[in-house]
Amino acid sequence: MDRLPRWADVALVPLVSLFLAFVISALVILAIGQDPWEAITVMVQGSVMNAYGWGYTLYYATSFMFTGLAVCVAFHASMFNIGGEGQAQLGGLGVALACLFVPWPHWSLALIGAGLSAAAFGALWAAIPAWMQAKRGSHIVITTIMFNYIAASLLQYLLVNQLKPTGQADPASATFPEVTNLPALNDIPLINLVFTKAVPANITLFIALGMAVLVWVLLWHTRLGYQIRAFGKSEAGARYAGINPTFIIMVVMLISGGLAGLMAINNVMGEAERLLGNSASGAGFIGIAVALMGRNHPLGVVLAALLFGFLFQGGAELGLWTKIPIEMRIVVQGLVILFTGALDMMVRMLLVRIFALFRPRRMEAA
Amino acid sequence: MVENAADGLYAIELKGISKAFGPVQANRDINIAVPRGTIHGIIGENGAGKSTLMSILYGFYRADAGQILINGKPTAIPDSQSAIRAGIGMVFQHFKLVQNFTVLENVILGVEDGPMLNASLAKARKTLAELSREYEMDVDPDAMIEDLSVGHQQRVEILKALYRQADILILDEPTGVLTPAEADHLFRILKGLKAQGKTIILITHKLREIMEATDNVSVMRRGTMVDTVKTAETSPEQLAELMVGRKVLLEVEKAPASPGEVVLSVQDLRVRDEHGVERLKGVSFDIRKGEILGIAGVAGNGQSQLMEALGGMIRATGSATLKGQTLPLSGKGADGQSRRAVGIAHVPEDRHHHGLILDFTAWENVAFGYFNDPKYQKNRLLMDNQALRADTATKMETFDVRPPIPALEAKNFSGGNQQKIVVAREFEQDPDLLLVGQPTRGVDIGAIEFIHKQLIALRDAGKAVLLVSVELDEIMSLSDRIAVMFDGQIMGFRDPDKTDERELGLMMAGMTGKGEAA
Repeated sequence: MDRLPRWADVALVPLVSLFLAFVISALVILAIGQDPWEAITVMVQGSVMNAYGWGYTLYYATSFMFTGLAVCVAFHASMFNIGGEGQAQLGGLGVALACLFVPWPHWSLALIGAGLSAAAFGALWAAIPAWMQAKRGSHIVITTIMFNYIAASLLQYLLVNQLKPTGQADPASATFPEVTNLPALNDIPLINLVFTKAVPANITLFIALGMAVLVWVLLWHTRLGYQIRAFGKSEAGARYAGINPTFIIMVVMLISGGLAGLMAINNVMGEAERLLGNSASGAGFIGIAVALMGRNHPLGVVLAALLFGFLFQGGAELGLWTKIPIEMRIVVQGLVILFTGALDMMVRMLLVRIFALFRPRRMEAA
Repeated sequence: MVENAADGLYAIELKGISKAFGPVQANRDINIAVPRGTIHGIIGENGAGKSTLMSILYGFYRADAGQILINGKPTAIPDSQSAIRAGIGMVFQHFKLVQNFTVLENVILGVEDGPMLNASLAKARKTLAELSREYEMDVDPDAMIEDLSVGHQQRVEILKALYRQADILILDEPTGVLTPAEADHLFRILKGLKAQGKTIILITHKLREIMEATDNVSVMRRGTMVDTVKTAETSPEQLAELMVGRKVLLEVEKAPASPGEVVLSVQDLRVRDEHGVERLKGVSFDIRKGEILGIAGVAGNGQSQLMEALGGMIRATGSATLKGQTLPLSGKGADGQSRRAVGIAHVPEDRHHHGLILDFTAWENVAFGYFNDPKYQKNRLLMDNQALRADTATKMETFDVRPPIPALEAKNFSGGNQQKIVVAREFEQDPDLLLVGQPTRGVDIGAIEFIHKQLIALRDAGKAVLLVSVELDEIMSLSDRIAVMFDGQIMGFRDPDKTDERELGLMMAGMTGKGEAA
């Protein structure tokens, strides 16, 4: 089969897939008797046409960057980490413990402490399935899915029985001390010229972007990254080169779990400022789609995270301002995942055909 | 150009065919005319563009420029269906048969006459019987493909093409998987087909086959068609020269060895596979400085386990010393990194699964196994990709890797050039012991000559070389000592100057020549 030019491969294929996903979404909205044009207008206006909307879009995108990078790193070692959700929830526990039980003098120190704690808890939660994969051959997809449920139950137990302040009705931890509150974008000098109203997007955004750069450096500029990618491409080859499979599986899953856990500083520490039952709220799963759409490249992950941030915020706006139910955003997300992930080859083949149409002309001219 | 055969019509004419893959010009302005009713050889080194040209003819690729004429008529071949309609049949190097279907079912697959199979099967059975009689291709139509030998499977592929009424048959490296006897039978079949007026294109890089079977031969080199000559009027030496573009030595030249002290000593090496079956049953030998020990044997008699155990890829028992130091065979120190650290380089038998990462670029592959090498590090944290690329460019030049593009992915190089990348990486490590498995499998003669010369040069530089090959010629011409393996054991050692293929062949079949039990 002929190949596509590089620009078409990295840019055109996802854009066409996305376009198709939106066309089908429009048809679905038509089918439930609503106006798709109104829907897209509301979504765009509520998420990217003003700073306030951006404040939410970026907040969601920050979470997705962490979970997307988590999936991306593991994927390069051929490890499909579906456990981002559970790892992010455990990260939330790490944040809560660090914020509630350590008397931090300043938010910046709290950020470092809680961040390390979040990453450690997330990494620990990934380490158990990783160990079972490396030593027992238990498939990581199955075990990480199971660990999502275990994480949810564990958190529920801890919130109800241990962390909930006496006399509080809802299963949530106490509110964190004020000193641990992170600056939101509207609190940061200069940036607050743009974000004048209070928004949930916070300083964690820059940590997420920094992590994307670190992941890129790790994968393509370090010995460890080289070994991770070599192991992911060919396990038999890795054995020849003397790459230790147990070491790679453990390290890559610790990094992956750590990144997923780090997400908690965005939602738990930066936004909720206390630990809630379902803190990760699906971001772990969306990370899979983000990594898929971002072609497992950190830059792609950042861009895809922004797109999903837009879908999340735009979808919420739909629920607020139109008769279209908020669940519609799940439909749109599903279609985006379907087209950019599963049906990627279909779009690709189509484009290959279209590109081929232009070739015979050149042939006759020659 | 060749004179017109028989009725003066060409079965196939290609005019000005060009095809590029990105920066690689696979075919450049190819012109070729194949007279009807002849066997036409296309010969060239790996990567010369033979397979690309045939893929264009069979509709897998579109040419960037040029014209295809079938029986004098300009024909567009956008896909393989059109190629079949134009009467072209293709027998691939790797067969495209459904393993758990019968011969008959495979033959009608894709050309059934209707939704119900019985009529098609009956018709095919009749046609197949006629074809088999006509061309001496006895194949049981009800046999399962998986139960057939490779030679018979190939006949099924030919029958498939004939059943689709192919007039022009293209065979891509048909003898790569055949025993010599099976290859002879294949050539008899091809001559029978020719007698019936079929046109046959035989793609190969083996000179002997060209001389034996073809009427005319076209030689390709680096994407261009160098010449077309009558087979009767040429010689293997002339063809080799046309292929490579310079004079080629078909024999290896080497001075007598002057072995020094023992480098590797192996005692009672045993390996069990994952099913607990003992694959290596107590092997002992020494290799000295400046000596090539060749291991002869039919594939699957423990040679792979021997190489992998010494290369640190699998666990073994027994004992081994390298320059007097114990070489761990299991546990700590028995892995690829430790082996490289003590001075063992390893050209693995299987370059696709072990020697290279096909999705990695050439420069990434040059670091494969040597990613910890200080010369590839920028500092304690970062690798020096720039230095790695530069080093790759140098290695590519020294070993004449084509195309010399470090950023090209390994899968986009031809087999011979892939092997050169592996060989360049391992040979340049300045090892004490070099493990070399099937160094020239699927490699063209130009590259074979080069790799053989390099091996001899390493030996002369005082390296110890353990060479495993299923090519007896290669073992006999390179080795200073030959060990023959059979059923996980060494049947005996021979001096290459004092033995012959017959004796080695008997030992490879498990019979010891002079009552010398292993």
